Amino acid sequence: MSVRTTFERRQNRIAYAFVAPATLLIVLIYLAPMAMVALTSFTDYTLVSDYWEWVGFDNYRQMLADPAVSNAVRNTFVYAALFLPGAFIIPLLLAIAIQERKQFRSILELVYFLPVTSTLAAMALVWAGLMDSRQGVINAALGWFGLGPLNFLGDPGTVLFALAGISLWSVIGFNMVLFLAGLTAIPRSLYEAAAIDGADHPVDQFFRVTWPMLAPTSVFVAVTSSITAFKLFDTVAILTKGKPDHASEVFLYLTFLEGFEYFNMGYASALSVVFLGVIFIFAAVQTFWADRQTHS
Amino acid sequence: MSHITAPQSVALTAKLRQTLGQIRPAHVVVTLVLFIGAWLMIFPYIWMVSSSLKPAAEVYDADFSIIPKTFAGVKNYSDVLFGQPYPRFMLNSLIVCVGILAVQLLTAVPAAYALAKFRFRGSAILLGTVIACLTIPINVTSIPIYLGLVKVGLLDTYMSMMFPFFVSVFAIFLFRQFFRGFPDSIIDAARVDGMTEIEIVLRLILPAALPAIAAFSVFSFVSHWNDLYWPLIVVQSQDKMTATLSMMQYQSEFDTNYGRSFAAATVVTIPMLLVFLFARRAFIRGITMSGVKG
Repeated sequence: MSVRTTFERRQNRIAYAFVAPATLLIVLIYLAPMAMVALTSFTDYTLVSDYWEWVGFDNYRQMLADPAVSNAVRNTFVYAALFLPGAFIIPLLLAIAIQERKQFRSILELVYFLPVTSTLAAMALVWAGLMDSRQGVINAALGWFGLGPLNFLGDPGTVLFALAGISLWSVIGFNMVLFLAGLTAIPRSLYEAAAIDGADHPVDQFFRVTWPMLAPTSVFVAVTSSITAFKLFDTVAILTKGKPDHASEVFLYLTFLEGFEYFNMGYASALSVVFLGVIFIFAAVQTFWADRQTHS
Repeated sequence: MSHITAPQSVALTAKLRQTLGQIRPAHVVVTLVLFIGAWLMIFPYIWMVSSSLKPAAEVYDADFSIIPKTFAGVKNYSDVLFGQPYPRFMLNSLIVCVGILAVQLLTAVPAAYALAKFRFRGSAILLGTVIACLTIPINVTSIPIYLGLVKVGLLDTYMSMMFPFFVSVFAIFLFRQFFRGFPDSIIDAARVDGMTEIEIVLRLILPAALPAIAAFSVFSFVSHWNDLYWPLIVVQSQDKMTATLSMMQYQSEFDTNYGRSFAAATVVTIPMLLVFLFARRAFIRGITMSGVKG
């Protein structure tokens, strides 16, 4: 019996030694900063002055009245509304079309996936070149149809469309791969069974078999894409900096500006807390949905 | 852009008709659409490389052609590689990515092994914390971490560029799922044979989990190479600038040497394209693992 307990005690020591470095870093990188960001959000701390005091919920109250915040929220919603349908439907159709193909499948997969790993900061410059208001290739193509020219990134009316387009280009392959994985997991026999029941048309098959079986993947794609939309930053920082006329100032970019351009750390912390709150809601939707699936 | 693709698609249809004979028309149309889409996906790269070979005046020439009329590739690329500190920027990116990955693996593998195969007090709390932290992006913790780095005077160092990523809760979670599937009987037999726990991890667990580790490594390397947000916050000087961050200097309207800009963009993009081409399977596995298990 004493052999058993010394073994267990030794195992315990090893376990703690193994988790110690990761645990310490989780405290330093996640837990302490989370506590700090919550506390700072109740202060008026700025990096420019050493003096600060507790202000209670003032930062949150200020947020509700701040036209910059309501503008950023509106921009984020408009951008998401432009980006999300395409980010879901296009990859789904692509995955279905590519999955049935024997020829060209791997080359198509490769090409559609290429933008996912590409450095978006560099490719954003390329997109700015393609979208150039005077001599860009896209405006040349529009001219072909007697349209344009459009000042994609310089016009408050088009800038969110342009940013949504660039984001779509970079995310289509990612979501396509997720859908392909989901489609591959659907057993062939279900399609055969559906065919016996009379569902042999591709559209019938889609609604009778593919769509219900693909539901977990769909929820995952929808949630991760929503989070991606909410985290829009790189293309704004590189291409527009929130311009023109704050038309591309989205929530995360505004938070970044408040924190690291104006150094209003208290206010920026409050914005960060709200940012995390929204992400938690998305994560909760995902978890809740997954739970419901496993219990039913 | 469609006028560029039109002749190509016509040629393609003809070829398809020829080779596939009595194929269904719907199938041909879908294939065609897929290839037009593929052309749209790949066109930015073609335009980038083409522009990087042109003199500044020709990049926005009214009649665009993929093949440069005047070849300025040698000048543009030598400007970027020798006239500007691009080798330095690339080296900085490499140092940061490798440093981050090394520490991530060193911290995640033992922690994941302990969480998967040991029962100890607090393990449930630790696992719960790991899972909760999966949802917290750097954008939320950036202010306190930045203030902390300012306090200890580490801004604008490699340390500050790597620190927030030294522990990957994603890696811990992913590896734990993988290690759990490893048979306990083999571990017990190894213990009876006198193997230490470290030996068990290095000689039994790691080789078995190689696919997961490779997938995570590619994933981590690519995401930190491409990261703009954190370097933008902590890097201040030219000699700590990463390749991705260096793209910021080209967005000003005053830099009109377009050919050179796109040569720089090409140089920054190529490493990740190579990683992708050589490690595509690992990368896609990483994504689908996060999709299935996350």
